[in-house]
Amino acid sequence: MTQLALVIDLNVCVGCHACVTSCKEWNTSGWAGPLTDQRPYDADPTGVFFNRVQTYEAGVFPNTETYHFPKSCLHCEDPPCVPVCPTGASYKREDNGVVLVDYDKCIGCKYCSWACPYGAREFDEQQKVMKKCTLCIDRITDMSLPESERKPACVLACPTRARIYGDIHDPDSEVSVAIREQGGYPLQPEWGTKPSNHYLPRRKTRIQIHEDELVRVDNPLKKEALPTLPEAGETLDDVAW
Amino acid sequence: MHPAFSVIFLTTLIGVGQGLFLALYTGQLYALANLLPAQSSNFYAVGSMVSLVLLFAGLIASFFHLGHPERAWRAATQWRTSWLSREVLALPAAMGLIFLYGTVHFFGLTKPLFVISGTLPVDFSLIIGGLGTLAVFGLFLCTAMIYASLRFIKAWYSPLTVANFLFLGIASGFMLASAFSAYQGNSLVGFYGTWAVIATLFGLLTRVATLYRNSHFRCKVDLKSAVGVHHSQLEQKAQGFMGGSFNTREFFHGKSQGLLNLIRYAFLLMVFAVPVILILLAYALESETLPLLAFGIQYLGLILERYHFFTEAQHPQNLYYQSMA
Repeated sequence: MTQLALVIDLNVCVGCHACVTSCKEWNTSGWAGPLTDQRPYDADPTGVFFNRVQTYEAGVFPNTETYHFPKSCLHCEDPPCVPVCPTGASYKREDNGVVLVDYDKCIGCKYCSWACPYGAREFDEQQKVMKKCTLCIDRITDMSLPESERKPACVLACPTRARIYGDIHDPDSEVSVAIREQGGYPLQPEWGTKPSNHYLPRRKTRIQIHEDELVRVDNPLKKEALPTLPEAGETLDDVAW
Repeated sequence: MHPAFSVIFLTTLIGVGQGLFLALYTGQLYALANLLPAQSSNFYAVGSMVSLVLLFAGLIASFFHLGHPERAWRAATQWRTSWLSREVLALPAAMGLIFLYGTVHFFGLTKPLFVISGTLPVDFSLIIGGLGTLAVFGLFLCTAMIYASLRFIKAWYSPLTVANFLFLGIASGFMLASAFSAYQGNSLVGFYGTWAVIATLFGLLTRVATLYRNSHFRCKVDLKSAVGVHHSQLEQKAQGFMGGSFNTREFFHGKSQGLLNLIRYAFLLMVFAVPVILILLAYALESETLPLLAFGIQYLGLILERYHFFTEAQHPQNLYYQSMA
């Protein structure tokens, strides 16, 4: 069983919102119709996005860390939004595990959004249906594209490669290795929804090294300061056998 | 959660309608056992009609909650997994049975079909009424479980939610039955009034227990778990937008704590205290208008109660929308 997902590396995300704009651009011009906006050039603009980048700060000034936190549908393995849908418009694809909404079946009751603890679903006020991240299902399943482009728009747009895409059920995939080796974690694991998308934590790459380890004391090729012989004369070390 | 008036009217109106039908059928059962004087078939027919109108009004209200009401028929398909879908089936089932119940009484088709042990005459109305009672209880369960099954919303995720919907629906229905009897000038005012008071007191017990529960728990998840950064000082600086989104509109009520306190005291008075006092007064004064007043005040109180029910619910997604720098 394939479970496609994103792994988002918080260690390298710089919060540039390139994933947000590329997502909006791709999905607003796609087969499913626009992601509509209300008052886009007016006061209090709002609209539908599949992906948002939030910013958090940990610590107390001046010892703070800024976390840019991209947030989209996590494509849960046990999605709580799917069984509550009264029409069957919300479903999880059998072949690749992507959670989708059939916009032709959705009645716009918003019940699925109540059942999602992550707030991943957004209601389209103009088309009156519930929308959510599709993992660019029209891209990733389009066999006419070269394989390198068969990825979600956000992944292709990310300038720091903070977004990795792949099958988390394949233990050798890039995403599985990243989760396994770099401490990937799911959001709100307490609920047991088993989110497929994982996040990689901040990592500090420092090695423990001491000053005296940087300079070799007994370097025989050292020209600058040739060791002076101890007054006691030759030692065992000076004797070549 | 942001209270949706369509859902507030749906749940309160069908609650009254269901309670009224249960009251009618209870009256019939008591009359069958010779504990109450038998009523004319007109009483049951008109009563069923009123119940049906209330359920229909609730159904109409529910359509205002939908983005695509023309596709509402699809909502009957997922009854295996969705309580909302089950409600969509239970509501017309209850309406159909109540309609049949009223029709049977209207045309006087109450000749006993057979007699059990020589004492219990069974007619169409008894059978249809029994099925209707099952459907009504099923509908109460479905309506309440829509909220009580959402495990992320802890304020609702409790058997108390089901108890509240049940008792408050029955209370308001019997209250209306009492008012209806007073209007018709029959002797059932006291009977219905007594049961309305009993149901109201049960509702008081479960609703106050709910309020107590909801003021004493902590959410299972916090911001650290939501973001996955387990730092003792974690603060949101940006939400990803500045103009608001569905997430900031649907899941926040945006009302001040003072207003919510006011609404809470108002509904506690209007749903529980005032109607009970009015019914007792009506009993003492043998008044015909006070039961109607009691019902009216209780129904308005129920609208406030349901409003408060929505504002009580804290959705975990709100963790992601706590502040904006």
